[in-house]
Amino acid sequence: MTAVAEAPSDATRIAADARDRVRFEEEALELSDQVYRVARHLAGSREDAEELVQETYARAFRSWRSYQPGTNLRAWLLRILTNLNIDRGRRAQRAPQMQALEANDYFLYDKLAESDGELTDEERVVERLSQDDIVSALSAVPHDFRDVLVLVDIGDFSYQDAAQILDIPIGTVMSRLHRGRRILKRELAETFVEEGT
Amino acid sequence: MMGRSDDPCAHCEEVMQPYLDHILSDEERREAETHLDECDWCRRRYKFEESLRRYVRQAVSEPMPVELKEKLAALRIPLN
Repeated sequence: MTAVAEAPSDATRIAADARDRVRFEEEALELSDQVYRVARHLAGSREDAEELVQETYARAFRSWRSYQPGTNLRAWLLRILTNLNIDRGRRAQRAPQMQALEANDYFLYDKLAESDGELTDEERVVERLSQDDIVSALSAVPHDFRDVLVLVDIGDFSYQDAAQILDIPIGTVMSRLHRGRRILKRELAETFVEEGT
Repeated sequence: MMGRSDDPCAHCEEVMQPYLDHILSDEERREAETHLDECDWCRRRYKFEESLRRYVRQAVSEPMPVELKEKLAALRIPLN
């Protein structure tokens, strides 16, 4: 009896549903800057990133019910986005075989030091690299490494979140991140050397 | 100089990424910091790496175009 008395009417349920959906959409839209910032470097170009973000939001708004409130909405959106990115064939390029990577973690620093004697101000020396240098060096990092690098170092996702978004083991996140950072530094070092000569 | 696993500087390089990611155990972290306190060579390289990460993040952060924001808002499903 009480169960019947407490059962919400259809109208109440519909209203509650609408309220939940509106709240979901608003929360998702509040995250759009952060989603775009990551998308911009997962996709090949600005145009691709814009399309990808639009497709992501269109899909998210349609399938909002599959989002579990209280979980990480930004990671949920990025999961959609990375899947769409793969579906769109942007990932035709497979991860390269483990290429010889002579560069150690100090490679870039050593290159800069080599060209300029011992560096005195580590915090300022990075400013010798231009924004364009960094953007193009990042885009030269192969997809599988770049995805992890962008999620963790630019999107501030945890290893765990990145593993869930990309559907790969956390150990793979760590190894790709490590290599991705080294590749990025190698690319930056090459840019710097090219410009310096 | 370095490049040997028994070299404290080589070990310090190995743990730089996990150190900056804050995933070392307390003991590993202390060990790294003890070395960094004494070794200017490694300390410079850690500082550089830290600055580089920050700088890269700033350099690649592009604000979202305003039109895109509007387009996304327009994708919302209208209430019946």
